[in-house]
Amino acid sequence: MTVLTKAFYTLVSLVVITVYSLLLIGTMARVRAKAQGRIGQPAYQPFIDIIKNNSLRTGVSHGVMFFLGPVFRLAGGLGTYLFIPVIFGSAVFANFSFAGDLLLVMYFIFFGQLGMALGAGESGHPYTAIGVARGLAQMTAFELPFALSVIAVAAQHGTLSITEIVAAQQGGVANWVAFTNPLAMIAGMIAFLGMSGGNPFSVVLAPQEIPIGPPTEMQSSFLGMLQTNRAIFNGAKMVLFMNLFWGGAAHESLIVAILIMVAKTFLIYLYVTIVGASFPRFRTEQSIRFFIGVPTVIGVIAVVLQMV
Amino acid sequence: MTTNRVAETPREIHDVFKDLHRRFGVRGLEKRRADQAYLRADRDEVIPLLTHLQAVHGYGHLAFFTAVDRIEEGVFELLYMVHNYELRHDLGIIAEIPREGDGCTMETIHRLWPAALTYQRELREMFGIAFPDCPRVDEDFALEGWDDLPPMRRDFDTREYSERVYYARPGRVTKETRKHMKENLYPSEAETW
Amino acid sequence: MADATTTTRTYAERGAPANAAVANPDPRTIAGGPVAAPAGEIATSPKEADVRTVDGQLRIFTEQLKLANEGLAPEDRRNFCDHPPEVIKPFRGTWEKFLNWARSESLWILGFGTGCGAIELRPLMTARFDMYRYGIQPRPTPRQSGVFVIGGYASVKTMKRIVRSYEQMQGPKFVVALGSCTINGGMYWDSYNTINRLDHYIPVDVYIAGCMPRPESLLAGFVRLKEMIRAGECEGANRYAENFEWYKTNQKRIIKNWNMPDYNW
Repeated sequence: MTVLTKAFYTLVSLVVITVYSLLLIGTMARVRAKAQGRIGQPAYQPFIDIIKNNSLRTGVSHGVMFFLGPVFRLAGGLGTYLFIPVIFGSAVFANFSFAGDLLLVMYFIFFGQLGMALGAGESGHPYTAIGVARGLAQMTAFELPFALSVIAVAAQHGTLSITEIVAAQQGGVANWVAFTNPLAMIAGMIAFLGMSGGNPFSVVLAPQEIPIGPPTEMQSSFLGMLQTNRAIFNGAKMVLFMNLFWGGAAHESLIVAILIMVAKTFLIYLYVTIVGASFPRFRTEQSIRFFIGVPTVIGVIAVVLQMV
Repeated sequence: MTTNRVAETPREIHDVFKDLHRRFGVRGLEKRRADQAYLRADRDEVIPLLTHLQAVHGYGHLAFFTAVDRIEEGVFELLYMVHNYELRHDLGIIAEIPREGDGCTMETIHRLWPAALTYQRELREMFGIAFPDCPRVDEDFALEGWDDLPPMRRDFDTREYSERVYYARPGRVTKETRKHMKENLYPSEAETW
Repeated sequence: MADATTTTRTYAERGAPANAAVANPDPRTIAGGPVAAPAGEIATSPKEADVRTVDGQLRIFTEQLKLANEGLAPEDRRNFCDHPPEVIKPFRGTWEKFLNWARSESLWILGFGTGCGAIELRPLMTARFDMYRYGIQPRPTPRQSGVFVIGGYASVKTMKRIVRSYEQMQGPKFVVALGSCTINGGMYWDSYNTINRLDHYIPVDVYIAGCMPRPESLLAGFVRLKEMIRAGECEGANRYAENFEWYKTNQKRIIKNWNMPDYNW
């Protein structure tokens, strides 16, 4: 298979995941609305918002780094997604997965936030530094249980390739990491709450807090780009967690495999939404204390159990 | 807080009044309620009087400090309302200063109550009363860059100012709400009102 | 202050806006309460508008036709915008219709309660009224918002912040004026400190009459705004750019300590 074919396939998979993920974000906003007793926005609202933002007639730039902030962010989202195999055994949805892709993906999850910090710094808004500091602090905190759970899974299967981890989980629900290595799953899924930025870890994205931190000055197509990235990044993370803990998506028929992927990622996102609808916000230092407490201990135990 | 209101002015407060009458030239004790009284004092005696009330008689709280424009007599009445938490008693000290000219100044009380600074800024802005020695008194309070007569003076014509500055929309009519709704919105129910 | 070297272009020299009706649209009273008084002709004659040119307060443009920013300290001026806003023509045909549809279905309101009427915005987010159904969301910053809801009376002090926030919003932007106070001053019509007609300071798309209008009226107002956006009638940002001097003259006439940039881009 030539690189060009592979690139074309990846583009197809990117479009699919973007559309799906935007729909999912819209649906989950509706689910949250139901929890609050409202009807809620239409499921296609994120699409309209992106079209609207990109079609604004004016935009303000504060310099080159300000331009590059959303670009880095999008690169982080794309980078995360491009190296994750979405559907096990499918050439179209394999993306650029390779033997050590798990490490690269973990790096890319961090990358976007750093780029955003650079871009926001140039906007001149005095509070962006506080917003960025909060975001990075929380990110460092949830990275701990997440990394531990990934190490536990990698040690369990003796590989850093996501494809091989998925392959090892085939042949029945009992083979899923969620059941063969439940402690790693628990630590990973708690870290996922922080990674998704829903309640109770939403203070870094909360509109009222230091006017939303880094994106305060972002408008027009800058904001449209950030929204697109949010969809890709969310999709990539959900697919990653599905692959790591919930057996991936595999079937002889591609359609059925995609449906499996949709069902599993929907449930993973639903879990984040339900937790979010049930809990109030932590302050940043509270969420840091939370992440380096119980989830980290669970992660350490999971790693130790794999090593002995 | 009607439940807290005492029926009779307590003994201790009468002692306070007696003490004030002995030491200062206060006059016109007016007991508006059992827990509220007003005294008139000379302009020069207000500061010693307030200091004495705060330090000796426990009136430690400045409830408010405001002015009334008595344009007919050509004076501003300054009203210092102080409160005693132990006796639950309000005491208003009223002093008069001339409305116009150099006399329209008052000594600052920000050393007794730092919060009075804000009241004095407001009085400077809204009535044009000067408070020499008061820090930050010339900063804007509610109006920014006001360059006309202070608006709470009664010789300031607020309607004329508004029509001159704010583009009154022509054709404004005022309707009596009840009558209008009766006639136009619910004519069939009019007799039941 | 306008001497021979610095030409002052004032409203009077430039003449009234070409189309007075554009600069001062009729208040589109749409919902709730008695109908407000009709607009009538413009109250401001050019002569009246530049009363403050005498002390030089009204200089808007330098002789290179850049913004003078005279309210700022000289060393600060270069940090701020010196270009007035420009008219950006909409596309023609189906494409603009599609974009207008998207704009009308995604109204992001600025979370800036400018007066007592802002209290009516809160119920809109709750289960009973649920404005999210209509694609309306609150946003925390002017940069990201497209709809400015003026919540009732606007004091001069607030007006300064309203102008600043309005100019920071990215076009096309829409203004919904809430309550009688924005139409003719309402119960504060003779106050020394509140404006009477909002459309003299920023372009207004929809008025919602009432004191206070109920949240239902607000929703009706937003639905009317959507219809107008889809019909391509909401070109407030372009109107502001076309009649920039007229708006600035009016603004500077009431905001006397003008210590911000002439255009907060």
